[in-house]
Amino acid sequence: MFGTVRVGRFATVALGILFVLGACSTGASPSGAPPTPTGAQPTAAVSQSPAAGPVTITALFMTQAGYTDDEVKAMTDAFTAANPSIKVDLQFVSYEALHEKIVTDQLGGSGQYDIVLQDAIWGPEFAVAGISADVTDSIPADMLSGVFGGVLVGTQYQGRYYGIPWLNDTQYLYYNKTMLQKAGFSAPPSTWDEMEQQALAMKQKGIIDYPFVGQYKQGEALVANWTSTAGGFGMTDFVDAQGNPTFNTGGSLQALEYMKKLLDEGVTNPASTNYVSNDVKGALLSGQAAFGIVWAYVYADSLDPAKSKVVGEIGIAPMAGGGHACNGGMSLAITKNAKHRQEAIDYALYLASQPVEEKYVTAALPMWKSSFEKPELSASAPELWAAAEVAYQGMINRPMVPFYTPLSNALQVALQEALLGQKTPKAALDGVVAQWGSLQSQ
Amino acid sequence: MSHALVSLRSRLQGERWVAVAMIAPATLVILAITVVPLLRAMWMSLFHIVLIRPGVEPFVGLGNYIAELTSPIFWGAMGRTFVLTVSSAGVSLALGLGLGVLMNQPLRGRWLLRSVIILPWALPGVVNAFMWQWIDHAQYGALNALLTQVHLLDTYQNWLGDPGTALWMIVIADIWKNTPLVALLVLAALQTVPKELADAAEVDGADALQVFRRVTLPLIMPMLLVALVLRTIDSIKLFNTIYVMTGGGPANATQTISLYAYKTAFQVFDFGKGATLGWLIAFVTVGFVIVYLLLIRGSARENRP
Repeated sequence: MFGTVRVGRFATVALGILFVLGACSTGASPSGAPPTPTGAQPTAAVSQSPAAGPVTITALFMTQAGYTDDEVKAMTDAFTAANPSIKVDLQFVSYEALHEKIVTDQLGGSGQYDIVLQDAIWGPEFAVAGISADVTDSIPADMLSGVFGGVLVGTQYQGRYYGIPWLNDTQYLYYNKTMLQKAGFSAPPSTWDEMEQQALAMKQKGIIDYPFVGQYKQGEALVANWTSTAGGFGMTDFVDAQGNPTFNTGGSLQALEYMKKLLDEGVTNPASTNYVSNDVKGALLSGQAAFGIVWAYVYADSLDPAKSKVVGEIGIAPMAGGGHACNGGMSLAITKNAKHRQEAIDYALYLASQPVEEKYVTAALPMWKSSFEKPELSASAPELWAAAEVAYQGMINRPMVPFYTPLSNALQVALQEALLGQKTPKAALDGVVAQWGSLQSQ
Repeated sequence: MSHALVSLRSRLQGERWVAVAMIAPATLVILAITVVPLLRAMWMSLFHIVLIRPGVEPFVGLGNYIAELTSPIFWGAMGRTFVLTVSSAGVSLALGLGLGVLMNQPLRGRWLLRSVIILPWALPGVVNAFMWQWIDHAQYGALNALLTQVHLLDTYQNWLGDPGTALWMIVIADIWKNTPLVALLVLAALQTVPKELADAAEVDGADALQVFRRVTLPLIMPMLLVALVLRTIDSIKLFNTIYVMTGGGPANATQTISLYAYKTAFQVFDFGKGATLGWLIAFVTVGFVIVYLLLIRGSARENRP
């Protein structure tokens, strides 16, 4: 992490020196064509960029997940080619380092970034902390009507937008078609009860010892897994309209009880308590699981003979119980003290625009509804696109509260206590609700 | 004040005064980069500072300390740290002592043993953690394969996902990595033991075990103390192994004090509590060292003729 900061600072300083030299040597260069916003309404805030010379915006992205570094660079090059007055300094860090990097940069006083990639779960936290700027007035009308509703909700806090939606993802119910057929079923389960029945049948027929594998390691993935399960039991929100917690009742409680039940019945692989998404992928793609809940990236890997022993056998379906899975999307936040706010917004809107998203569909599916009506796009993976269309419409969010990190830490412990049998599901979740006051004040 | 300076000056005559003046800049720099941050952290621990709520930093005095010392999460973490430290430091000390003595024997191929022993310690901590995570893996792990093939186990165990075994797997990974350090320190200390003493004791009729207990061990005791202190500090500080292997789970079963401090300071960004925990860890470490010193002094006094 520190290495990246030093490299980032060096790069920024080097760019700054080059910029100064360039501006000095060429004198007053004519300002280039104004940036081409994709239908954006210019905001009232005027950027502080000088009239002459290119403007450099500093952007922080994530590496090794979603779009590749090369794809982001390609998108950026296309943007800067169309907008010669804007230069973009790209930086990449791993997802694990992203949250800390954004917070320490923005609140540690240095504030070098104009635009950062933020996870849906950090949205409220960044909004309240004054890290992300309110961009409600910059979101174009075609985005508000053309993008899936669940995606838009994931970038809002208290009715205002604190990010431009961009990188969309959700979880799916993966299943092994061969094992399903051997057990006598022709379609993946549409409810959680059905999945339990199918899994038990597979176990009893000796097709597989542990049909289901979950991401139950103490970490964020566990909360996401639980959210995806809870959607199928009718949960829509973790807190009510007044901000009071409701997750110790209703669908979320039933989901936890269901997860525990499957472990007790021997349906869920007991090794799941130390599994994250890559372990679930490993189990599915080596033919050692019949069902698994995990993100979209596993589908492409399942078709790769170098990574999968079950090429063509892995099916992907929307989450059981109506396709309400956890929103794992990330949006582009414009920092509040961004030096070049309008340029950053233009850049973000370009990246999020439908043509750009449709160009890079192998890495991430577009968030635009009408993209799913274009057969030339979905032809490469029709099963994935069909599942995604249902899943994107039904996406639900983890608790959208500014104190999400301590809440998630407490939930992770409680969920594990319930799954390991140390507490009943109700007692475990009640324990988190009991801490609500102290969690809020942190 | 001036009287003290004058007497100070008179004591530090000539060369000594020059020596002090030469060392002073380096000392000041070291003080600045170690003592100043420590004091700042102490100051920070008296406030309620949460980074994502800037501008709201009330003074709470000892409030953070009281909150932590009455928190069951804190004491749970302390308990696990204690278990980890005692078992890891204790076992690695015993093993390292044995290995050091072994490497000191005139064996054929001793050079190979001395070269290979350094490998676990040379491994980066994160690499060691990932390696042990794979060894302990519930479905593909070498440990499970080995134990089932020699029929010590019937089925594969979930070593890292079971709260009863997870901490012990961390202890094993820590012991494996750090025992070489103790072995090398012991070997170095053994080199300084004059052979004539052992020979004289043998002539007096002592057997090998008595020679070791009465002659060798007291002479290498200072080095053993150093090794014990280093191992204790390492175990209390242990972070990357736990973070990679279990992330503090399952259900906080491997959440030691260093992991708890990290989560508080760098995930929740509660810097006030984080500084508090940092200082509490320092107090605990110093406490351990004082206990060691007292024990060693006590036994040294016993052994004096």
